[in-house]
Amino acid sequence: MTASATHRAIDAVFRIESAKLIAGLARIVRDVGLAEELAQDALVTALERWPESGIPDNPGAWLMATAKHRAIDHARRSKRIERKHEEIGHAIEAEQQHAAPDLEAAIDEDVGDDLLRLVFTACHPVLSTEARVALTLRLLGGLTTEEIARAFLVPEPTVAQRIVRAKRTLAEAKVPFEVPRGEELAARLSSVLQVIYLIFNEGYSATAGDDWMRPALCEDALRLGRILAELLPKEPEIHGLVALMEIQASRARARVGPSGEPILLLDQNRARWDHLLIRRGLTALARAEALGGAVGPYALQAAIAACHARARTAEETDWKRIAALYTALVEVTASPVVELNRAVAFSMAFGPAAGLLLVDALVSEPSLASYHLLPSVRGDLLVKLGRDAEARVEFERAASLTKNTRERAFLLERAAACARASARTD
Amino acid sequence: MKFMILVKATQDSEAGTLPSEELLTAMMKYNEELVKAGVMLAGEGLHPSSKGARVRFSGPNRTVLDGPFAETKELVSGFWIWQVRSKEEAIEWVKRMPNPMYTDSEVEIRQVFSPEDFAPIDPTGEMRAKEERLRAESEERLAGKK
Repeated sequence: MTASATHRAIDAVFRIESAKLIAGLARIVRDVGLAEELAQDALVTALERWPESGIPDNPGAWLMATAKHRAIDHARRSKRIERKHEEIGHAIEAEQQHAAPDLEAAIDEDVGDDLLRLVFTACHPVLSTEARVALTLRLLGGLTTEEIARAFLVPEPTVAQRIVRAKRTLAEAKVPFEVPRGEELAARLSSVLQVIYLIFNEGYSATAGDDWMRPALCEDALRLGRILAELLPKEPEIHGLVALMEIQASRARARVGPSGEPILLLDQNRARWDHLLIRRGLTALARAEALGGAVGPYALQAAIAACHARARTAEETDWKRIAALYTALVEVTASPVVELNRAVAFSMAFGPAAGLLLVDALVSEPSLASYHLLPSVRGDLLVKLGRDAEARVEFERAASLTKNTRERAFLLERAAACARASARTD
Repeated sequence: MKFMILVKATQDSEAGTLPSEELLTAMMKYNEELVKAGVMLAGEGLHPSSKGARVRFSGPNRTVLDGPFAETKELVSGFWIWQVRSKEEAIEWVKRMPNPMYTDSEVEIRQVFSPEDFAPIDPTGEMRAKEERLRAESEERLAGKK
């Protein structure tokens, strides 16, 4: 193996092991920031030694043992934290004593709990959303600071700063390294799911010509979601989120045209959808529903996505079911954007007049005042009802609100078509 | 990125010898690990080639050949589809696999194509556009036949 090949192999090992390593260390040192530094130190040692000695048979255990030695060294060096030193020393000794032959098994069993603690710590509400995202990708996704910066199109020092500050905040707030219980669990879990979905959407919004690191975020988010689903298998909303992400990701190939233009769901070539991911998504949705989670916000969105995934052609789409699912989703999210989507679903299920009735109820909604899709949808329904003159005004308004040049051109073209149509009828 | 992991056949697997309970347990544990790491998308074992067939293409001709096939080491006895970040990560996971066979064998790692892979040889998207057009035309033809 060449030196660079060995380096790449070590990177791969570290990517597989780092989350477990950091999680295990954080349980011992009770400080996520310190745990991450110790894990990094172990990686540096591996990079020094493995090119000569070869990669050990059990690289995870090697890294853990090395990091634990570092933990002891570190504690000895910093006399200021004498008590912590003792605690760490005792914890390590205790572990080594009680588990000599079964150490592997003991680590294996605990590793799930440690990972969960790490997930909840990285997504802790004392941190800003940006910090949660960066820390989750760093600690759990095993991404380097440089990779995160490239994926989010921000300078590397910005991400590095964000992570340093996040670790400091966690230490200062004395955030315990634990899994929340009882009522707190639901709220904290929804913060974790939000972070994962944010990462997914960041990747999903990547466009042609972007660094491949961006679309790779979708895979990172999916992987985090799948890991979490196995750590907390009885939480239906995790399966709902995984289902939603798998089904959305299944359309990645079909949703962009040859020159980078977006292709709308109903116009996509369904043969290009990834049917392996669809099947995984439907399985995850079934798991969420079997756990009584059919009405969770992610499970509902996944169920809507599943309606499209199940339809072999756009014409076969079960719009009545989608309309019903949107009605349920409006109830749990109380979001005007979801209400607008519901209006579209109603127009598909029950005709444009039914949809327009719902859209008209949203016209005075302040949070949608500058949302270009509201007049765009309204214009579309008015066209279907033959009210071209009114539709034209809506499309022009939508064009003035969108920031996307391609979309603006498209909307102005529709407005012009309405003008021609109404001139003919006049 | 996605990889297909191909477990190559041996005389045992071609003879239909079932793996021992010990190996089955080890494989199950390994599969669980892959699932827990969010790596495994799919995986299946395959019957011996004696239960399979081949279709040989030569210009307009198709000839059906029934199994079993001779070149054991080139045959596939099982596969996984994984999602990982690099080939190196796939290699690392394969190294952790319990030895799937009783005699010497190989496991092959192949990257699955994704649309981005066509970008370097198709910088303007022209080839892809052509492919789309062809597809659309054939669909229209199909629709016309209905």
